[in-house]
Amino acid sequence: MSSGRVSYLNYLNMKRRKFLTAAGLATAGILVPVGMNSWVARGVKSATNRKRLVVIFLRGAVDGLNIVVPHQEAEYYEARPTIAVPYPHKKDGAIDLDGFYGLHPKLADLVPLWDSKNLAFVQAVGSPVVERSHFQAQDYLESGTPGIKNTKNGWMNRLLAELPQDMPTQALNVGVTTPYILKGEMAIASIKPGKNSAAPIPTDRPLVHQAFSNLYSGTDTLSKAYQNGRKAREIVLTDLTQEMMSASRGAKSANAFVDDAAEVAKLMVGNAKTQLAFMQVGGWDTHINQNPVFDRLLPSLAEGLVTLTQGLEPILADTVIVVMSEFGRTVRENGNKGTDHGYGNAMWLLGGAIRGGNVYGQWQGLSQSKLNENRDLPVTTDFREVLSLILQQHLSLDDESLSRVFPGYELASNLDFLA
Amino acid sequence: MRQKLQYWTGILLFSLILWLGLINRAEANSELSQAHQRHILERLSFGVTSEQMQQVKAEGIEAYIQSQLTPELVEEPPILNNYLAKLSLIHQKPTELQKKVNANRKKVRNSGLSIEQKQKIRQEIREMNTKARDEAINAHLARAIYSSRQLKEVMVDFWFNHFNIYADKGDIRLWLSDYEQKIRPHALGNFRDLLAVTARHPAMIIYLDNKKNTAPDSPVGIRGKLGLNENYARELMELHTMGVDGGYTQDDVIALARIFTGWGVDYEGKRGDKKGFFFYKNRHDRHDKTFLGHKIAANGIKEGEQALDILASHPATAHHISYKLAEYFVSDRPPSSLVDRLAQKFLDSDGNIKVVLDTLIHSAEFNDPQYYQQKFTTPYQYIVSLVRMAEIEQPNFKRIRGMLQQLSMPVYRCPLPTGYKNTQSAWLNPQAMLQRTGFATAIARGTLNPGYSIPYKQLQRNSGELSERTKQVIAKTPPKLRSALMMGSPEAMYR
Repeated sequence: MSSGRVSYLNYLNMKRRKFLTAAGLATAGILVPVGMNSWVARGVKSATNRKRLVVIFLRGAVDGLNIVVPHQEAEYYEARPTIAVPYPHKKDGAIDLDGFYGLHPKLADLVPLWDSKNLAFVQAVGSPVVERSHFQAQDYLESGTPGIKNTKNGWMNRLLAELPQDMPTQALNVGVTTPYILKGEMAIASIKPGKNSAAPIPTDRPLVHQAFSNLYSGTDTLSKAYQNGRKAREIVLTDLTQEMMSASRGAKSANAFVDDAAEVAKLMVGNAKTQLAFMQVGGWDTHINQNPVFDRLLPSLAEGLVTLTQGLEPILADTVIVVMSEFGRTVRENGNKGTDHGYGNAMWLLGGAIRGGNVYGQWQGLSQSKLNENRDLPVTTDFREVLSLILQQHLSLDDESLSRVFPGYELASNLDFLA
Repeated sequence: MRQKLQYWTGILLFSLILWLGLINRAEANSELSQAHQRHILERLSFGVTSEQMQQVKAEGIEAYIQSQLTPELVEEPPILNNYLAKLSLIHQKPTELQKKVNANRKKVRNSGLSIEQKQKIRQEIREMNTKARDEAINAHLARAIYSSRQLKEVMVDFWFNHFNIYADKGDIRLWLSDYEQKIRPHALGNFRDLLAVTARHPAMIIYLDNKKNTAPDSPVGIRGKLGLNENYARELMELHTMGVDGGYTQDDVIALARIFTGWGVDYEGKRGDKKGFFFYKNRHDRHDKTFLGHKIAANGIKEGEQALDILASHPATAHHISYKLAEYFVSDRPPSSLVDRLAQKFLDSDGNIKVVLDTLIHSAEFNDPQYYQQKFTTPYQYIVSLVRMAEIEQPNFKRIRGMLQQLSMPVYRCPLPTGYKNTQSAWLNPQAMLQRTGFATAIARGTLNPGYSIPYKQLQRNSGELSERTKQVIAKTPPKLRSALMMGSPEAMYR
């Protein structure tokens, strides 16, 4: 590790110039390279117009009934004697949203987004296939083909292939491994979660980089992965220089999600090619003592979402953020102050491209006869309905493209949540 | 004359062809057998060392396979025994560790102490927890790196992952080493025994919440308004035995949860067998049950044993386990002919793992050259294989743990009950390639053992035949980077 900082930076500058030339050649005319932060400052319309989609997966099945609380349903309080969120205005009560639904009080940070119409929910969303296994249900949500088990790619990867190819678009993954939702033919850029992504790694060093680039110069799977890794690395190094990030990292957040959200926002604003991003937060499988878990997790989730929307400010009007989970949880609490695997759940929508300040979706009440298998919130909206509408109206996919992302799905078009 | 010439030319040509053919075949044979032997060593161990190659050279590959299948006859190297002997907490009973931690917690609750005193005790608790976990992980790593019973350790790792638990939930850290030690004797033994030890182990009961699983109409259920918890029952069928498509229903999940009500933890080992498991009769569901079509008469703890018998001998279980073994040892997409044959062997042998593995290792599919060097290593396999390949005697275990953490595969810390996957699609991605090449470079520079320079010649011997491209690139690279390239090469990343 003897090569000094100066030569390292020189090397990066050299690399950057090379990259500029390459990008210029490749996109003839559009000479703005990946990683330049100045789209907005330069007023390049074509860039700011590009629509963005961020998907955040809450793994473990978050209890949507305690997020978007139906506080006017007596059955809700009957079913959850110890874990229900109290009525609005009571101690630790729900924050009333529309007179019927309320928000969990630990998500108070999101209220300004609701007030400014940048936050909405769709209640009782889910898969058409009842599936109580976390892993199978997550697979269905990620493959976009519920009921079909051998789909080889994820719907976000198929979506990437359908987006305009006039400039190479990119999807960004926060994580060391590629989740199913992003698996497929199209290359994915990724950043390490919970870490300063700009911290140096051995293959940043010129000699090491050169040696491995020679070794992985082919067209085989490993070579392609290595090359894509280096490309993504160049973007990260140009957009997230340590100087830039140091301000927001002075007070390092206790929660990695908040830091990751800041990095995702920076990269999406700085790099107009990054139209899609995927993040995930785990820990929602609350079979036991649900309330303390929510009290601990929800504030940092809210902080992360606020950080993300604030960071995306310059392009928020062109952005939709979807927060989803594999299924909801039982309407009744179990014997351990928790909830078990259920069915319908709330989907969250954020961003300037949605008509916020509303809770969408058909609500059938919580009376026993309306429940799925006498225990769960039924699904009244297919998750593909919400996503298809975003793809069709926000990302301008035509019917043919749409049918390749969600094969076999027919839009019901009974929702209208996009601005 | 002319005819004679033709005759002789013909004979000469014929002999030449025959001779060339023989040479080619002989060469091909020896090459094939080198690659073949290497394939077997790579799949049955955590990475090839010179010692293994010498053993195969001396005794032949079949003798090696048989010795690996009979690990009790294989002696462990002193370096491993010495390393394990130096650890302290893994040699203590988990119930004793739990007693100490509980006593400390009691002290903290006692209001008589000053804040500083309480902080000191809290610190002690934390240190004990961390030490118990890190020692257990180090022992796991040391066995993978040093053990001569490689196949056994591969299988211990396989079964731990199959019956996964998560170190950071509750007090599981204190029980980690014990959990693995309970699995170890059965790693090449009988599947039913693995079910028995995992179902009763406090680590599993804590991890999948069965300690909370209570019949609502049992005395404890009524008093504490407690109810069923389906978590263990569901994963027992979905992940441990039948598989998600095994053909059970939600009613079976509930029935199985009722069967296992009362299977709980006795942390300090004060009751029953005094090892941490206790059957709480006053939490148990006292009604008859129907499980997978079997009538199970109310019979206390015996119902659970009966359910485990049903699960262990179920064809879906045989198929699920066989698929996972074939996926681990043969291919990410194992041929169904092999899976079916293994499943049959599993059923015929009442779940004898050694018999199933013997069949697998000698199957045409396992030995088919199309599968050589086709399994992408998991981060764990990759890092451990680099240490073995470089024959680093005293690696820094803390650094190894850090690398595995960064590669998203920390030992004992997969939070999901599925355990870690072992397929290429799970682990190969752009970020991973940057990290792996980075760690290869760091290890080649001695980050795991400052002062020891890894002999390039030895790396070369241990890494087997390289592709033309790797050879060429290495030849063109300055010598000080050659070890890094070798360890970060495609050949090192596949097994």
